Amino acid sequence: MSESAVLVEGAEAQAAGGDVGDARSLGADAWRSLRKSPFFWVSAVLILIFLLMAIWPSLFTSTDPTKAVLKEARSRPSDAAWFGRDIQGYDIYARVIYGARASILVGVLTTVFTVLLGGAIGTLAAYAGGWVDSLVSRITDIFFAIPLLLGAILFMAALSGTMTGYFGVIFKVVMALTLLGWPSLARLMRSSVLQVLPNDYVQAARALGASPWRIIRSHIIPNAMGPMIVVSTINLGAYIAAEATLSFLGIGLTPPVISWGVSINDAIVGLRTTPHMLLFPSLFLSITVLAFIMLGDAIRDAFDPKSR
Amino acid sequence: MPEVILQARDLVKHYPIRRGILRTVQGHVKAVDGVNFDLHKGETLGVVGESGCGKSTLGRLLVRLEAPTSGTVEFEGADMANASGKELRALRRNIQIVFQDPYTSLNPRMTVGDIIGEPFEIHPEVVPKGGRRKRVQELLDLVGLNPEHINRYPHQFSGGQRQRIGIARGIALDPKVLICDEPVSALDVSVQAQVVNLMEKLQNELGLAYVFIAHDLSVVRHISDRVSVMYLGKMAELGHEEEVYERPTHPYTQALLSAVPVPDPTLRGKRQHIVLQGDVPSPANPPSGCRFHTRCWKAREKCKTDVPELILRPDGVGEHFSACHFAEPQVIVPTTDVSDVEPDERFAEVDHRDPATIAEAEGTLQDADGLRPETTTEAQANLFAPIQDDEGHPGRVPDERRDV
Amino acid sequence: MSTTTSAAPQTRSGDGKITYTPVDGRLLDVEDLHVEFHTEDGVAKAINGVSFHLDQGESLAILGESGSGKSVTAQAIMGILDMPPAKIPEGAIKYCGLDLLTMPDDQRRWVRGAEIAMIFQDALSSLNPVFPVGWQIAEMFRQHRGMNKSDSLAQAVRLMERVSIPAAKDRVKAYPHQFSGGMRQRIMIAMAIALDPAVLIADEPTTALDVTVQAQIMALLQELQQERQMGLILITHDLGVVADVADRIAVMYAGRLVETANVYDLYAKPAHPYTRGLLESIPRLDQKGQTLAAIGGLPPNLLRIPPGCAFNPRCRMAQDICRTDRPELREVAPGRKSACHFAEEVLDA
Repeated sequence: MSESAVLVEGAEAQAAGGDVGDARSLGADAWRSLRKSPFFWVSAVLILIFLLMAIWPSLFTSTDPTKAVLKEARSRPSDAAWFGRDIQGYDIYARVIYGARASILVGVLTTVFTVLLGGAIGTLAAYAGGWVDSLVSRITDIFFAIPLLLGAILFMAALSGTMTGYFGVIFKVVMALTLLGWPSLARLMRSSVLQVLPNDYVQAARALGASPWRIIRSHIIPNAMGPMIVVSTINLGAYIAAEATLSFLGIGLTPPVISWGVSINDAIVGLRTTPHMLLFPSLFLSITVLAFIMLGDAIRDAFDPKSR
Repeated sequence: MPEVILQARDLVKHYPIRRGILRTVQGHVKAVDGVNFDLHKGETLGVVGESGCGKSTLGRLLVRLEAPTSGTVEFEGADMANASGKELRALRRNIQIVFQDPYTSLNPRMTVGDIIGEPFEIHPEVVPKGGRRKRVQELLDLVGLNPEHINRYPHQFSGGQRQRIGIARGIALDPKVLICDEPVSALDVSVQAQVVNLMEKLQNELGLAYVFIAHDLSVVRHISDRVSVMYLGKMAELGHEEEVYERPTHPYTQALLSAVPVPDPTLRGKRQHIVLQGDVPSPANPPSGCRFHTRCWKAREKCKTDVPELILRPDGVGEHFSACHFAEPQVIVPTTDVSDVEPDERFAEVDHRDPATIAEAEGTLQDADGLRPETTTEAQANLFAPIQDDEGHPGRVPDERRDV
Repeated sequence: MSTTTSAAPQTRSGDGKITYTPVDGRLLDVEDLHVEFHTEDGVAKAINGVSFHLDQGESLAILGESGSGKSVTAQAIMGILDMPPAKIPEGAIKYCGLDLLTMPDDQRRWVRGAEIAMIFQDALSSLNPVFPVGWQIAEMFRQHRGMNKSDSLAQAVRLMERVSIPAAKDRVKAYPHQFSGGMRQRIMIAMAIALDPAVLIADEPTTALDVTVQAQIMALLQELQQERQMGLILITHDLGVVADVADRIAVMYAGRLVETANVYDLYAKPAHPYTRGLLESIPRLDQKGQTLAAIGGLPPNLLRIPPGCAFNPRCRMAQDICRTDRPELREVAPGRKSACHFAEEVLDA
């Protein structure tokens, strides 16, 4: 670097108090470091592909997933059916592609609902404090104590026979997972709000006469959201896996809905003779779950100032 | 003496200590335990004391971040400690606070413009919506920062610059009183002076009254007109700066002053050091009588039983407030008057703008941002003119007893 | 700075341990020390060629603001820098003539604690919260001296008494959180002096303490130093504390020494504009009506230290030469050095 360039840089540093450049929010800083992470790019590309699959499955295949070719049932992967055919002669490749929609819909909707519900309850408990906090925390603990599968089985059993359309079934599963998934996010949000509350900028807003709603909206939530975003990104993968588990057990999504969990369930009959029926849906499921977990890790690293 | 604008009477803050499964109250931390003082228009009242003396709690009570257990804080006759709702919100415009830690006092997710503009969002009547951005830039200029940096985020500024942002937020609503809770103690020595000078300049220009809370006795002496010394939730001594520093009558003040190092090696071994025994007792269980008696070399039987009142006691020249049964003046710090000594301009400056801003304005540094806009001197002069709407408010007649 | 040229003065004692003996009372020689930190944003040059020495029984104050490199210097001497990200590309730290930087690890570990000890600003986080304080002091004796449990505990009690902890016998089993800030700092001091070190480094030892406690701790440190003839390095930003304690002062700015002098000379007539500015910018307890003259600007970003004299953007005296040529630390008067092109002018001012 030339002498004068150094001089200019030094001058800039002086002028801007050690920093160069214009407005750079923490989010922008995180993005700068996120861009350098290979894990971020790999997971982002994978997630993008899965999202496209969910929205426009016809981009990836022209085969109808509901077209059964019974005489070729259980056939191994071939030119005609890349991933082979399942027990009813459906094209596995087409079913895997079309199955993405249900799985991702369950994952995304459950994440949105748990974030809204858990975030709101956690924030309320921490901000209100006192007996409200004690009460809400105990209720959270009660829900926390219900095992996911047992709770979901009970919930689905209780609602069996209702809401049987495509979205109805998906909505039921989302409700079951949300009901059992919000407590962990509520706890997380509560503890990060408790860390933000004593900060002087919250006190300064109080001294200015800001309303509780304003304090929560512009000071607490933006600063307490970080951990919840990271965890729910990771959870998104977990919800997709949970959906598959429920469907596998026959209490989640049920045919005619096409999903990875349903496909895995179907494949069980030929576990030893036709493992390809199990392999491909499982592979897609694992890669999706992994991609979301990787994305969550990358985001956490980017937002954690210590790792920078 | 100018009129009293803030008056604290018998201010008490006890925090309950809860223990056990049932969270029953097992006692109280007596953080502030009966504090009285008057603050006059445009003056600086310094509050000094060691950690745990209750000075920060006092500051939080004055801006009503905490509700007092009992007692009143009257701003121009309106009781702020017991106000609520709309009335409290309106009163808050008059008393604002500047915090110690410039790293936690600014929301990292908001731009400087949003931070300094927030007071106007909360009190929309102060500045009409269209004029807010301009007002924020005027405030930035007033505290010596480049108005063009309005879109930057706090982490792009140094500690001293952040403290300037905190001050700008504090004065945005044109308060009459600014509570400063250790505003310079987190800053580097060379930056401390910049911020102290800025605060003095703002006081002169805007007629602010400060309650300046700090543990650094030298800084407090420099900036304060009157000083109060706190010990375990009570005021031990209160008087004009020269009364407290040159003729302290309370043994605690004397010990405190004797412990402050003075940057002059020639005084080595010549200064009197009063070494106190033991540690500060717990505010949950303060000593009976005079709270200082457990560490005081003058303590007698009376001190263990009778609480000394904070009243005017002779200090050799006149009299000032002291809470000691056996108050007698003692010279601890021989003082030199250097009012007529001007610092050598070759080494340090008395300009109050942020030096980074000066450099940009004068073009002495090659700055990528380009030149600063015309200094808004006129705007500065008018800055607070339109919102002086409290003129008709009946100010309190100065108290005959001067204080307490 | 003078260097020790005589043959290595240390001898091996019976148990194979090296005994360090200072030559002509010289304990420590830091020569042209450089430390850099490799960060994602670039290389931060924390120390750029620092040389100084320390004699037996002497108090040297290293004065500077945050980012000046004063604490990094102490950590480099102690050998507790995290490497990476820190790197010492150049320089030597000679203890009794022997370079600590090239010494084998086991020898270095021995020096650390037994020969050179350090106390920190934050005593609470320096003490282990799950062990009693007496046990932690006794640990020094068990590790370095191989003492048994009861002997080492007895030594711990003796040390706690020496640093004036009341009822030491009863409190030896207490945990760090049961002590006040001042008492914890005394415990840190007891641990530091346990093995009779020749050099004691105190990094902002009283910054976190109240003023009355600060006075007690500084008095204790001075007393112990005189009693044991230790060399004391006091790292601080507080010009008041320095005036009370130090014999010599080294002022640091942006990773370099800008001035070294005996304490009386420096306060009477500083020879560097930065020192001068610092002295004029602090409010004084014993003056009234004082005009505070702030030093302009901000300390430089260590990633982009200005060329020439690092202080030039803040210096009111700066000329063209200051922006291009870096002034060397040179002798400007008997016994004092300054790194300013115009040091003589500053001295005469």
